[in-house]
This record gives sequence, structure tokens and C-alpha cells, in this order.
Amino acid sequence: MDLLVDGFAKAIALLTSLDQEVLAITLLSLKVSVTATLISLVLGISSGTLLALADFPGKRLIVSIVNTGMGLPPVVVGLFVTIFLWRNGPFGYLDILYTPTAMIIAQAVIATPIVCGITVASIQNLPPNLRLQILALGATRLQMVLILIKEARLPLLAGVMAGFGGVISEVGASIMVGGNIKGYTRVLTTATVMESGMGNFDMAFALSIILLLLCFAINYLLTRIQQRERPR
Amino acid sequence: MSGDAGLLEVENLEVVRGGVRVLEIPSFVLHENEVLSLIGPNGAGKSTLLLALARLLPAASGTMRYRGEPISSDRSTFAYRRRLAMVFQQPLLFDATVFDNVASGLKIRGMSRREIRERVMETLELFKMVHLAERSARKLSGGEAQRTSLARAFAIRPEMIFLDEPFVALDPPTREALMADLERILGETSTAAVLATHDQLEALRLSDRMAVMKQGEIVQNGPPAEVMNCPVDEFVASFVGMENVLTGRVVDACEGMLTLSLAQCRIEFPGSAGIGESAVFCIRPEHITISNFDPDAETSARNVFPAVIRRIVPTGVFQKIHLDCGFSLVAYLTNQSLANLHLDEGKRVFVSFKATAVHMIRSGK
Repeated sequence: MDLLVDGFAKAIALLTSLDQEVLAITLLSLKVSVTATLISLVLGISSGTLLALADFPGKRLIVSIVNTGMGLPPVVVGLFVTIFLWRNGPFGYLDILYTPTAMIIAQAVIATPIVCGITVASIQNLPPNLRLQILALGATRLQMVLILIKEARLPLLAGVMAGFGGVISEVGASIMVGGNIKGYTRVLTTATVMESGMGNFDMAFALSIILLLLCFAINYLLTRIQQRERPR
Repeated sequence: MSGDAGLLEVENLEVVRGGVRVLEIPSFVLHENEVLSLIGPNGAGKSTLLLALARLLPAASGTMRYRGEPISSDRSTFAYRRRLAMVFQQPLLFDATVFDNVASGLKIRGMSRREIRERVMETLELFKMVHLAERSARKLSGGEAQRTSLARAFAIRPEMIFLDEPFVALDPPTREALMADLERILGETSTAAVLATHDQLEALRLSDRMAVMKQGEIVQNGPPAEVMNCPVDEFVASFVGMENVLTGRVVDACEGMLTLSLAQCRIEFPGSAGIGESAVFCIRPEHITISNFDPDAETSARNVFPAVIRRIVPTGVFQKIHLDCGFSLVAYLTNQSLANLHLDEGKRVFVSFKATAVHMIRSGK
């Protein structure tokens, strides 16, 4: 019980004193995860829309693979990204392993199937004749796709939240491709794992609370947008 | 209302789905300012034809010409589609206000904000829904939503509009109000229209021409009165409310008049067939008159028979009388006539109908 109380007190102290190291870790967490989420939105929404609208043999298989990808274990992603970015790997020449860029890549790989899967479901959930109605209104194919995405914006926001939630909270991939280097690739989750491993439970607890608050703040913002759009 | 110019001309249109031919239209013409209704049961291919006409469904084969210009390339298809509008059974509104919904086709065309505002308000006025402009589409009633969908279609000032059973999900008063407005607006805007419906009354009221569809084909096409009174086959007859479809044997044929024998009765009507042939003919229930006395002396009707009333079924506006004259007949009477004639089940009466009320569908050995 003491651990909890001490941890909570430490967290408050760290937050109120604006500890430089903690602040830097928090900002890096935000930077990596927000960038990865944005990349996953571009990739996930476009591929998800394409997948939802196109008709081709094997579509169900692809959608099943994407849906499986929504639960991709971060350590597996971490392993593959590490192999790809390893000195002798196919992209070793980029020399980005153990950098924030590598973490962004790994997190984008985790979030993209989540956003893609939710996009497929959201677009397919629209009335089937809506596409024809939009074309009948004189839209080009591109206009039709953009209008469909706009119509699916509320469930898509849930996709944004799920994608962001998936990457801000993951630790396996970040540790593997980032290396938890102090002042460079250390983020809230990797720092928590390390502090807790060293027995500094109060510090680990404080970092966890910051992580939770961060998640809450972002999701609160997105939920506000989503609920404001919803008809009352 | 129909002019001579074929606005839209279609030849040998075929649509194939999953290897099965679901639509086969050897020829189809829609004239300028004309309202054509497609009637037929569910699954007859009405929606498929509308989608194919709007070029929203790929056709396996066939040619289409709009104002004489072929619609073949992607470019001509796109240009063609911008001149038409389509309204579906479901309103399919966007998650936005009524104003934005009505504006959507105009935004797609890249019109200026000022033009859009003017056009939308004008259209909303036409549809008597200015007061709903700022309401969210999700908060509309079924009738208001379908009205918005129609307004959205008319806002782009289409030269031609395709309506796929737009009233089917509405309650009767809403349906009536919307239909009256559509009738007025189609007239005022001189828009050519194709209306798919399975309601013959809706078709009769709104259209200049009717086409009856069955299993992906148009089986009859002509002015409403012709389709209603002179169906080409039993299917069309039953679909247009021709409740009396009978078969008799020709016993006399003279000067364009046939006499048929049916259950000891002689029925006369104009037509041609060989003596001894069997003939299928039909009579609309509203063309049959019922009286308590033999009207022989005072009627010009050639066909008069004694009959017994088997059943009286109220249907709201009129009463449906099932009669037995040796063969079965159905007649319609208003509630008032039923009361005046003191009719009841089991009563003996006389039925009469004019020779010209009988339409021969076909004859053969």
C-alpha cells in the first residue's frame, strides 16, 4: 500500500516540478505515437477504403488478414522491424535502428491494420446504395470516395482512438527498435518497464500515471469531437 | 405531354449478374418531358433497369443515345450522369443538415457559394421545406427525409430523373402529399422522368406512359389507359387489377364481333378468332354494372346475366363483389351504390357489361 501512496506522491511531485527528464520522455512519447498514428491514418484509411469498395477474388482473405493485424503483437512487429533495419538487413543502409524514426515505423506498422480494419468496417457499414446515389449526384469516383469517408467519419474517429491507444501503450516494439536510450529513445512505456525492473516502483508508478493522463487527454479530445458531431 | 424527340434511346440492353441475364431490353425510348412508369412485381427488374439507364450498373451489351449522342466512353458517361438525377427507395441522405444535403449535388459541380445558396433556397421553396433547412437529416421523419432526397435531386435541375419507388416506405397521407408535390414539380420543371413502382395507381396518376416489367423484360408498353384496359397477357392483366380473366370457346364470329360460350352464357365482344377456338379475355371490375332487375330494356350493354352474390369484401373506398353467373366475376361498387341497391350475400341480381368493356387477350386452338 505504501508503494502506491509513495508512487502517487512521487508522480504529483514530478508533474508539479516539471522534471526535465520526465517532460522530455513524455514529449517524445507523444511525438512518436502521434506521428505514427498520423501515418497509419493516411495508409489505413486509404487502403481500408479501397478494400471496402473494391471487389476482387480473395477479398475476404485480405480483410481477415487485416483484421488479424488489428491484434498484431508489438514484439513481433518489433522483431521484424529490427530485422529489416539491422545493419545487414534490407534497409540497414538507412542506419535508423535505435532511433525515434525506427520507433515511429514500428508503431505505424502496429496502428495501420487497426485503422484499416475499422475503415473497412465503417465504409462497408454505410448503406450499399449510397455509393450509387453519390455517383448519381454527378460525383467523380474520387469525389465519391471522399464523400464516403466523410460519411463514415464518426466510426473512423473510433479508429483513430484505437490506433493511437494501441501505439502509445505498447512497449515491446519500442524497446526492441528504440533501445530505451536515455534522452534519445526513452518513452513513457519503456521507462516504466526499466524503472519497475530496477525496483523503483514509485518512479514507475509516476510514469504510468502520466501515461494514463496522456491517453485520457487525447481520447477525451477525440471523444469530444465525435460526440459533438453526433445528433442529440 | 410527350414530344416526338427521343430524349433517351436504348437498344439491346442486357445486364448480367453472376452469369445470369437479369435484364433484356431490345428497345426503350424516353421522350422529352415525358413521365414513364415502370410497373411490375418485386424482382421484375425495375430497379436494375433504372440503374442501367442511369449508367450506374455496367451493361453486358447494348447502346444508349442521349439527345442523339452515343453514351459510350467514360467521359460521355460522366457528362451524361451530370444531366440526370436519381432518387432511391431509401432517402440515402448525408449526415448533414437539409440545406447541405440539397446543396450536395451543386457542391460536387463546384458551383459558387452564392449560387448554391440561391438554388438551394429556391428548391426548398419548391418542395415547401424552407423551415427545415437547418435541421439535421438524422432528425427528419420518413416523409421529410424522402422529400429532402427529392429536393436534392431536383436542385441540380436534371433534364431527366429516375425515381426508384420513392414513396414505398411512406404512410398514406405523407405519400399522398409528396406525390401531389412531385406531380406539380414534374409539370412545372418539364423534367422527363422514369418512375419505378409496383403501385398501378401511382403509375396511373403520374405517368404519360406505362411499361410493365416481368423477369427482366418489358412485356407491355403504352399509354396507361391502353395498358390498363387492354393487357397483352394474363400476367399484365392481373398486375393492372384486371380481376376478371376468363376463358371461353368461340361459337360465332361475325363482322368483327365474337360470341363466346362460357358456362351456358353467351358473351359478345369485338375481336377476331376462328369458330371453335378458345379465347382468353378480361373485363375490369369497375366496368361491370349490378342491378336488381333485368336491365335488358334500358341498357345498351350487350352482355346481361343473372347472378348470385357470393361474397362482399369491403376494401375501403369501394366494395368488392364476388358474383357467380355460372362463371365467377368480380365487380366494384361504391359504398353508396351498395346501400342503394340493398345488396347482400346470397342475393340474386343481374350483371351487365358492354361489349367494348371486354378485351380479348389471345385466342388459339
